Amino acid sequence: VLIYTPALLFCCNSNELDVNLSRVFAGGCGKASLSSCSPKVCIVGSGPAGFYTAQHLIKVDIYERLPVPFGLVRFGVAPDHPEVKNVINTFTQTAKHSRCSFYGNVNVGKNVSITELQQAYHAVVLSYGAEGNRSMGVPGEDLAGVYSAKDFVGWYNGLPSCRELSPDLSCETAVILGQGNVALDVARILLSPIDILKKTDITQPTLEALAESQVRRVLIVGRRGPIQIACTIKELREMVNLPDTRPDMVAADFDGVKEALKDLPRPRKRLTELMLKTALEVPGEKEQERRSKASRTWGFRFFRSPVEVLAEPGHSRIAGIRLAINKLEGSGDGAQAVLTGEVEDVPCGLVVSSIGYKSLPIDPSVPFDSRKAIVPNTMGRVKQAAGLYCSGWLKTGPTGVIATTMNNSFDTARSILEDMDSGTLDMSAAKPGSQSISALLEKRGVKPVTFSDWEKIDNVEMKRGESRGKPREKLLTVEEMLHVAWT
Amino acid sequence: MAASAAVRSSMGLTLRLSRVIPDCSTCPLFRLKCNAKNVANLQRRGSFDSLRTINRHLQTSIGLYHSEEGSSNAEHPEDVVNVVYIDRSGQRIPVKAKVGDNVLYLAHKHGIELEGACEASLACSTCHVYVSAAHFDKLREPEEREDDMLDMAPMLQENSRLGCQIILTPELDGIELTLPKVTRNFYVDGHVPKPH
Repeated sequence: VLIYTPALLFCCNSNELDVNLSRVFAGGCGKASLSSCSPKVCIVGSGPAGFYTAQHLIKVDIYERLPVPFGLVRFGVAPDHPEVKNVINTFTQTAKHSRCSFYGNVNVGKNVSITELQQAYHAVVLSYGAEGNRSMGVPGEDLAGVYSAKDFVGWYNGLPSCRELSPDLSCETAVILGQGNVALDVARILLSPIDILKKTDITQPTLEALAESQVRRVLIVGRRGPIQIACTIKELREMVNLPDTRPDMVAADFDGVKEALKDLPRPRKRLTELMLKTALEVPGEKEQERRSKASRTWGFRFFRSPVEVLAEPGHSRIAGIRLAINKLEGSGDGAQAVLTGEVEDVPCGLVVSSIGYKSLPIDPSVPFDSRKAIVPNTMGRVKQAAGLYCSGWLKTGPTGVIATTMNNSFDTARSILEDMDSGTLDMSAAKPGSQSISALLEKRGVKPVTFSDWEKIDNVEMKRGESRGKPREKLLTVEEMLHVAWT
Repeated sequence: MAASAAVRSSMGLTLRLSRVIPDCSTCPLFRLKCNAKNVANLQRRGSFDSLRTINRHLQTSIGLYHSEEGSSNAEHPEDVVNVVYIDRSGQRIPVKAKVGDNVLYLAHKHGIELEGACEASLACSTCHVYVSAAHFDKLREPEEREDDMLDMAPMLQENSRLGCQIILTPELDGIELTLPKVTRNFYVDGHVPKPH
């Protein structure tokens, strides 16, 4: 039995190795030349899923729609969380390795089809994440002043498609629906002192908008109770410690929570303890003084679901939001929110819906589960589609931090390597790989951005940021990015 | 079984080769060492302390890449700390380390598959390890920020710590660090969607 050892293929380029490889592959490749027998794999998407999958593969091409790589690490992680973005260094190492090629500015599904990729590669990995969002499904959702968290985050992080969002921040109260970490990110960006934000890579237009913002009160609303909250302790602590703000909670929301503490697992327990302390504990003198001087407030509101966004009479601008009051049936993670029939109107001028991202189908030839909004798969192997794999949020749904996606992607890479080894993945025919795709793209007038081109963009952004005391000043349009890339 | 073992060892080999044949000039850690400007990116004092740690150990690791295997530890035997890593396939990997070594970067130096996505800045949980019972209490108490990130790690146990926060001392001689089996098992036993 010949054991496939992928490591050999990338670490040496000597003729001696070629000879050894020809012995290894003599059975499978027949008369095909050695170089065309090497496995060809490509990945669609250059976020954490794409790069972590690439890390374990031999030779791999990464296709990315935008001219710039890194997906949500660049466009999702909050500007004031720069350490989370350190992972870019790992991805850069992978990208610059000779066995990896980055092709930016290539829209898979539009410039080239999945079928064409499958003809060129032995395995195609879909890692393009979740660019859509779950809608609330309530009347008034389309009123001016209502935004999805996905778009709001895209706006402050410089995602080109969100550049024109221009949210109106001239109101006093903002209501965020959803209580996950993205909701807390939005709250924190809305309420952070400008002096802190101006030293981050937040975009200049956002900084200017926030400097003029009238928003002084942010409510973060969830359907269920404190014990079901989806955010994590790091983000909660950041809110509690946010300068010039004070917490504003409803004590009654926490009835029974203290008693439930002892049965909670450690992470949930620590989080709930911090919430209880913030909501119920009488603060010491120093904290009391700090709170009385604070000019901004933030608070959780529990047991509330949106039923309608209310417009100003005769206008199409938002005036408030109608929330249904829930009660909980059951307890713990499985508790369900049940309508009581009562409602409550909250006046506000800004609503951000942070109830989840959603993957979209890329190509009719790829199986897609519209209910779960994922590509149906087993351990990353797409069901009923030989040679097709998936990793990241597209594989498991849009939750999880970078570490979660990392494990998920390593699993997919492992499935691919297993399939190559076992023969499940048909490697008998030689495949042309990027050669044929590059030719196709050229014929269609599409010019890919290479990783060195990205590095030019990277350097320009960092240089522009330097003069402003920011780590970088992001380029905000695809046109600008391409101009820098190709000049 | 043989196939998956081969895959595991080849993946490990891939990892080891990718880590042990460095091109230092492209390595971001090398750039970090040379480029003090990165300090501007770190806003919290705690992070700055981590940066100091990274730099201090970078000098050790980068230097060692270019030196002969074994010449680093012969000089002062009382500085030697014996460490055993137990990787995700259960393989025991004994390592001769030094007092002051950082468990995460030590793992990297020896091609052990312990990721450090945030580069020791307490912003992820990818360097999660289980510490041998005999040594767990000899570690310095975790700071609140480490506990906060540990809370996010899958398969958290009583003896869980973040590898990037463990600095070797003489009393940790004989310490065994087990890498949690976080891949396939992750979804098998009641996976709960993680926050993002």
